[in-house]
Amino acid sequence: MFLTLAEWQAVRLTLLVAIVAVLASLPLAVALGWLLAKRNFPGKFLVDTIINLPLVLPPVVTGYLLLVTFGRQGYIGSFLERAFDVRYVFDWKGAALASAVVAFPLFVRPIRLAFSAIDDRLVQAARTLGARPLDAFWSILLPLARPGILSGSLLAFARSMGEFGATIMIAGNIPGETRTMSLLIYTQLDTPGGMEQSVRLVVASIVIAAVALAAGELLERYGRRRLQGPEFQKAAA
Amino acid sequence: MSVLRFDCRFTYPAGFHLNFTFAAEGGVTALVGPSGSGKTTVLHLIAGLLTPQAGTISLRCKVLFDSKQCVNLRPEQRGVGYVFQDYQLFPHLNVEQNLRYGQRRTRKTGVDFDKIVSILELADFLRRPPHSLSGGQKQRVAVGRALLRSPQLLLLDEPLSALDPSLRAAVADHLVKAIEEFHIPTLLVSHDRESIDWLAHTTISLNQTNSGA
Repeated sequence: MFLTLAEWQAVRLTLLVAIVAVLASLPLAVALGWLLAKRNFPGKFLVDTIINLPLVLPPVVTGYLLLVTFGRQGYIGSFLERAFDVRYVFDWKGAALASAVVAFPLFVRPIRLAFSAIDDRLVQAARTLGARPLDAFWSILLPLARPGILSGSLLAFARSMGEFGATIMIAGNIPGETRTMSLLIYTQLDTPGGMEQSVRLVVASIVIAAVALAAGELLERYGRRRLQGPEFQKAAA
Repeated sequence: MSVLRFDCRFTYPAGFHLNFTFAAEGGVTALVGPSGSGKTTVLHLIAGLLTPQAGTISLRCKVLFDSKQCVNLRPEQRGVGYVFQDYQLFPHLNVEQNLRYGQRRTRKTGVDFDKIVSILELADFLRRPPHSLSGGQKQRVAVGRALLRSPQLLLLDEPLSALDPSLRAAVADHLVKAIEEFHIPTLLVSHDRESIDWLAHTTISLNQTNSGA
């Protein structure tokens, strides 16, 4: 199955957008996952609600809010353009931003669950062995939460791959610039004979998503086996 | 002069109070009392894992906690080794990495790695992950890990109670050897008479001084 040049561009752009979206939001997802799992603070409910909002909001509404905030007239968008010459509207970075925001709830949730599952006494043990709080986080919490971080990254990656509504609102549908696979499939379907054309991209989407999920599952199993041993795996099965 | 002086008041979230005063000398001191009397809480207060409402805790000449002088050293600053009842070995590290965790975070060199491995007979499973160890082996690793930080005081929480009766005597023997070799003052809590007889030189009862709710 051979893809056309436009389709290859869409595949490359989709992968770039999804990878950048995941990598850019990873530190914040880990920090918020830890915060929600291990700390109680005023306004926790509000933070939790805001994080999960993109899950229930129509993606077009999320896109509209991003456009208002990160557009050339928006508070953050105008500042970023003036200060750093960074532009989100009609740019692939806007697609990455939209993907990151829409996928964020799916990113944070497994990380939060992973941190919640870690026994606090392991950190206490590390502290009595001389680890400062940040050291204990890096040396104990983060490695133990790795399966959840991986799981969240893959979910966010898969969600980013399929992002459409928020992306078209902020980044538009510019061939070679912001036209991701979803947008190209949509565009192809709007042209004569598009149904047949789009089959190639549909299959490519399924293959990429399946490979990503399978790789994630294997890595996650490997990670869990290392932490808990084969006996646990048998018991869990 | 006492190695450890403890005089604290701690209020649990449910409203119960623990008021307790004692002084421990060198050697192994056992803190005994029935379940729920606050034995583990006392260890947590000494290690800095809980903060008392008022009082003082001092170890040799070092003040670990003093509510009047607003001194409250963090756990990593106290120089106290803690062996948890269920060991709390780090599951992502092998035995050697567990043992060296505390050693890498101290400048003191009082306790030699090879000596600990030899006394506690850990050489055969240094590369193994904690989940593959028996209860007795885990206990020995946990003790070795705490000792390798060269603590000024070793705290043992129910050191033998999670073990199979057939293993207790052997593990107790290892514990006594390690503690005596490095002359580290030790405070253990237990409700098990047999453990106390095997390990402790002196006994303090928590019932006598705990004022309860």
